[in-house]
Amino acid sequence: MKKMAIIATKGTLDMAYPPFILASTAAALGYDVQIFFTFYGLQLLRKDLSDVKISPLANPAMPMPVPMPVFVQMLPGMESMATMMMKDKMKKKGVASLEELRSLCQEADVKFVACQMTVDLFDFDKSDFIDGIEYGGAATFMEFAGDTDICLFV
Amino acid sequence: MNADKELDARGLNCPLPILKTKKSLADMTSGQILKVISTDCGSVKDMQSFANQTGNELVSSTEAAGEYIFLMKKK
Repeated sequence: MKKMAIIATKGTLDMAYPPFILASTAAALGYDVQIFFTFYGLQLLRKDLSDVKISPLANPAMPMPVPMPVFVQMLPGMESMATMMMKDKMKKKGVASLEELRSLCQEADVKFVACQMTVDLFDFDKSDFIDGIEYGGAATFMEFAGDTDICLFV
Repeated sequence: MNADKELDARGLNCPLPILKTKKSLADMTSGQILKVISTDCGSVKDMQSFANQTGNELVSSTEAAGEYIFLMKKK
């Protein structure tokens, strides 16, 4: 059986998609898949994903309906508005929600491993995380990753 | 060719048509035909790749009025 390992280090909406899309697809293609969530990537394991947002600030590549100067992007509420607009667009275009992709991964037996060091570092409460995840460190990741066909850092 | 099962994947975008195809095939038996209807033009290449990698056979791939019809024979 082919194997794929992914390290998910980012906790924004745009960067949350690639790990879940690739993991669910690889699992559908018969891969044994593991995602190691570390640093901000741990946000993707929370039961409540409503804090996973996208920011137009310092993100000049983000397509905007109207040109928006940086000082406007800094205003309170802009991040929530951009996130709302992005989610709305995704829904219209038939792109799966993060919640849906994440549960499809779990249904397909993708293994989720949370970085214990980062959990301690940020004082995360494990009860905020979804069920069915494991906790481990760099050596845990290497044991699986050392034997994979595809290994990605996101 | 008659399909044993039909999957309506209209309106869904990558990777959902593939994930739902995989799920639909799971409760079918070997040799049965799954018909998938998609509106995602990216699924044309993806369905072929899915077949190549999983051993299921893509019997046909056609387009009509903005819809893509795939017949997939379960391995």
